[in-house]
Amino acid sequence: MNKKIKFRVNGKRHEVEVPTNRMLIDCLRYDLGLTGTKEGCSVGVCGACTVLMDGDMISSCLTLAVMADGHELTTVEGLAKDGELNPVQKSFIQYGGFQCGICTPGQVVAATALLKENPKPNEDEIKDWMMGNLCRCTGYYKIIESIQKAHQFAK
Amino acid sequence: MIPFEYRTPKSLKEVHATLKEFGGDAKLLAGGTALVIMMKQRLVRPTCLVSLSAVRGLNGIEIKDGGLSIGGLATHRAVESSALVRRRLPMLAETYHHVATLRIRNMATVGGGLAHADPNQDPPPSLIALGATVKATSATGSRTLALDEFFKDYYETLLNPDEIITEVIVPKQAPNTGAAYIKFLPRTADDYATVSAAAVLTLDKTMKTIADVRIALGSVGVTPVRATAAEAVLRGQPLKAEAFAEAGEQAKQAVDPVSDFRGSAAYKTDMAAVFVRRALEKALADIRQQAKAKAAPKPKPAVKKAVKKGKRR
Repeated sequence: MNKKIKFRVNGKRHEVEVPTNRMLIDCLRYDLGLTGTKEGCSVGVCGACTVLMDGDMISSCLTLAVMADGHELTTVEGLAKDGELNPVQKSFIQYGGFQCGICTPGQVVAATALLKENPKPNEDEIKDWMMGNLCRCTGYYKIIESIQKAHQFAK
Repeated sequence: MIPFEYRTPKSLKEVHATLKEFGGDAKLLAGGTALVIMMKQRLVRPTCLVSLSAVRGLNGIEIKDGGLSIGGLATHRAVESSALVRRRLPMLAETYHHVATLRIRNMATVGGGLAHADPNQDPPPSLIALGATVKATSATGSRTLALDEFFKDYYETLLNPDEIITEVIVPKQAPNTGAAYIKFLPRTADDYATVSAAAVLTLDKTMKTIADVRIALGSVGVTPVRATAAEAVLRGQPLKAEAFAEAGEQAKQAVDPVSDFRGSAAYKTDMAAVFVRRALEKALADIRQQAKAKAAPKPKPAVKKAVKKGKRR
């Protein structure tokens, strides 16, 4: 059973016909070709599939594509503006906020949502917010440092 | 996941009509954080998902008869960040903050969580201890169900398939009441509890006698449980530290945990006693802190930081 959905992804309008049982992450990756968003655990625990829906972070592996109908989504591909990386991305590069990289898109999207609400979070606030973004390389210290220093790159 | 119809009715009336059309094979969808996983695992195979996302007016959080009225479609995030809840019942805001991760709390709804009825959830013990009720609405009308009788078995409630939780009502708490929810998490911060306990304690005017108390536990049985034997030890009794430990011992009667990777049944039973005692101590500290804040000349606002209010989707 298919359904036509309309939504904006990274500012661009899309209209796609999806099977009702298509997950949002699969729709993003396979229907729209936005492969930056990764699938880790598939049950909403690891945070690799984090995207923003109307500015709030959600697990795209737990969300049906049809549930995104009419909403505004931001994926990791939508963070850079006019070819310029956003402050979180710059900070992750500067301070080495990743190792193997598989969790990075989720980490960066989640941290971007955090900084929007709280531009200079302290360590506890970062840990509380980022709790559901797992890094199996255990590179947490550098991730926290990158987020804490991201405000330096804000204009 | 097997294919299914997907409907987005725009009113409760349309929701009920759609449910009727598909009979028992339809499932209501709110945040989807629990249902979608169960569908992926093929534990649930609905022929139709009836999304509540287009139904307006069911996500409000407001004062009602001195207590709180929380719409069934309010998200966990909306409750934890509501200035009203944080001011009136900080323990409830804290409880919702303890649920899983922010991604889940942005999606999962108050009504959906209760209807899911997993005994490991955080909100049920707190809501039971606060004396909350739910309003269940069907095509023929509404009924009010006390939450301490709402959960029947693992993933089973009193709700009929055609009923929707439209409202959760937390009654006004008596003066000199303190509340606490604590969660034993030996593994990770976003895990289900090994044992969780909520206590709502009310002292009389003298502040030396326990006028009333309600205690509930999570993760220690097939449903969240109210520990009535533990409450009986305290109700009407003089306030004494040893009594809290005795209540904890009595709480063991109410629990029937299973052994799993979060601990053996025997260990969880022992921890139930410990966590009930600690929850009572924390509830008492809450009463004393409120009294102190009242006595102070310039009370500081209870809300530490303004947090963005959860949005409707």
